[in-house]
Amino acid sequence: MKVYADHAATTPCDKRVVEQMLPYFSDEFGNADSQHFFGRDTAKAVADARETIARIVNCKPNELYFTGSGTEADNWAVKGVALHRKDKGDHVIISAIEHHAVLGAADWLENNGFRVTRLPVDETGLVRVEDLEKAIDDKTTLVSVMYVNNEVGTIQPIKELAEVAHRHGALFHSDCVQAIPYMNVDVKELGLDLMSLSGHKFYGPKGVGALYVRNGVKLDKLICGGGQERAQRGGTTNTPAVVGMAAALSLSRETLQADNEYVRSLRDHFEKRVEAEIPFIRQNGNKQHRVPSVSNYSFEYVEGEGILMLLDFNGIAVSSGSACSSGSLDPSHVLLAMGVPVEVSHGSIRFSFGKHNTMEETDYIADKLKETISKLREMSPLFDLKKGGTYNV
Amino acid sequence: MYNQKVLEAFAHPQNVGEIENPDGEGTVGNATCGDIMRITLRIENDVITDAKFQTFGCAAAIATSSTATQMVIGMTVDEALKLTNARVVEELEGLPPQKIHCSVLAEEAIKKAIEDYRAKKEGKTLDKSKVDYV
Repeated sequence: MKVYADHAATTPCDKRVVEQMLPYFSDEFGNADSQHFFGRDTAKAVADARETIARIVNCKPNELYFTGSGTEADNWAVKGVALHRKDKGDHVIISAIEHHAVLGAADWLENNGFRVTRLPVDETGLVRVEDLEKAIDDKTTLVSVMYVNNEVGTIQPIKELAEVAHRHGALFHSDCVQAIPYMNVDVKELGLDLMSLSGHKFYGPKGVGALYVRNGVKLDKLICGGGQERAQRGGTTNTPAVVGMAAALSLSRETLQADNEYVRSLRDHFEKRVEAEIPFIRQNGNKQHRVPSVSNYSFEYVEGEGILMLLDFNGIAVSSGSACSSGSLDPSHVLLAMGVPVEVSHGSIRFSFGKHNTMEETDYIADKLKETISKLREMSPLFDLKKGGTYNV
Repeated sequence: MYNQKVLEAFAHPQNVGEIENPDGEGTVGNATCGDIMRITLRIENDVITDAKFQTFGCAAAIATSSTATQMVIGMTVDEALKLTNARVVEELEGLPPQKIHCSVLAEEAIKKAIEDYRAKKEGKTLDKSKVDYV
């Protein structure tokens, strides 16, 4: 059996989405910025895609800029606003558990003379509004906090955080890459000035994202080039990807509630089994404020890579920490910020369910996980100590 | 990332467990770094007749533990002391560069177990404070 339970890393592109993308590779291949009819046809498709997404996130089409990824959108928002507003202030606030795209952009700012505050989180991964109140000053130009964390699925109080930012004259950006697949993201209702999304997290294509920039908000551009995206982001528009992203988002809204309920039923069943059948575990995340797909556990006395590989041998795809950091030896920055001890964080696994998973697959994961943990614990000297063993050294 | 030989050693590790009343034992590493290895040895007339391991660590740590225990069985303690991590890695036909440090633990654990054996033979006990497992 092959089971994919790593939907927070990426999702399979919906075949109906692929169908809608296909004409724009070879038949309607025009450059959307060309004046001739080839270009005009393509431009129409791009405009329709922009309108579709704008309607769903409740903004105007001219407030959306297509990018090459969610990472690019995050970089653009964080660096672009800080650079543009550097005469107003030199201070940027992010949370300690942001995606590496925001973390990296903030590090870059810090290396270039800006001050960066990284807000702590509580043990469930929630940013506290009062911590933002304490950190913000009159030199703060931007606050960036993700709506949903990619490793533990915690939903942040971004509406309240945005209010605090605005009261102090700062702009508010939110990385909504992990939120869009499961939540209604209404930029007006949430009070966002900038918002990033990524196509491949909701059964759309990879290599495409978007940045919402509220009309009136100004930021420096990062990608210089031709006049694409109203001269704010150079590079020939990736028409098939843009069309695919809009189609995927549109499809996802049709079945959002039913998909959420279904995915939640799988996740809850899985967690019930794990908690009943595997001892010495720690759940990471917030039970109340969490997307329905993600389940993150630390399995004490064992190490994540071993778990991942034994599950992989059994045809199960999950991830330890975030896929972006797998292969690195550093413990997860998210779990460390939540106060998970380093040695426990090494044994942490993220399971992220999707709409194509079945109950049978969910049970299979639980069965194999139980086997895997017990096999690795048999090998672990730490577990031996836990059972009351001693070392006669 | 790993070659077939390493995957095989990780999936089907040999000599897992511990020897009761071992003639030598060594524990190295620490949990914060993500690796702890404990090796117990049965030694008769300075020849290693059995070796077992327990490892908390990544797949490379488990694979090298298994391979190193297989390699030292049948060796004299002097031969085993000369076993380097490079030899263990060679036996596994290579490890990814960022995982080489995991193979050092096996070498260190074996050395420590032999030190323990020699100390016991001389009626000494090793200083506990040298063991940095937490």
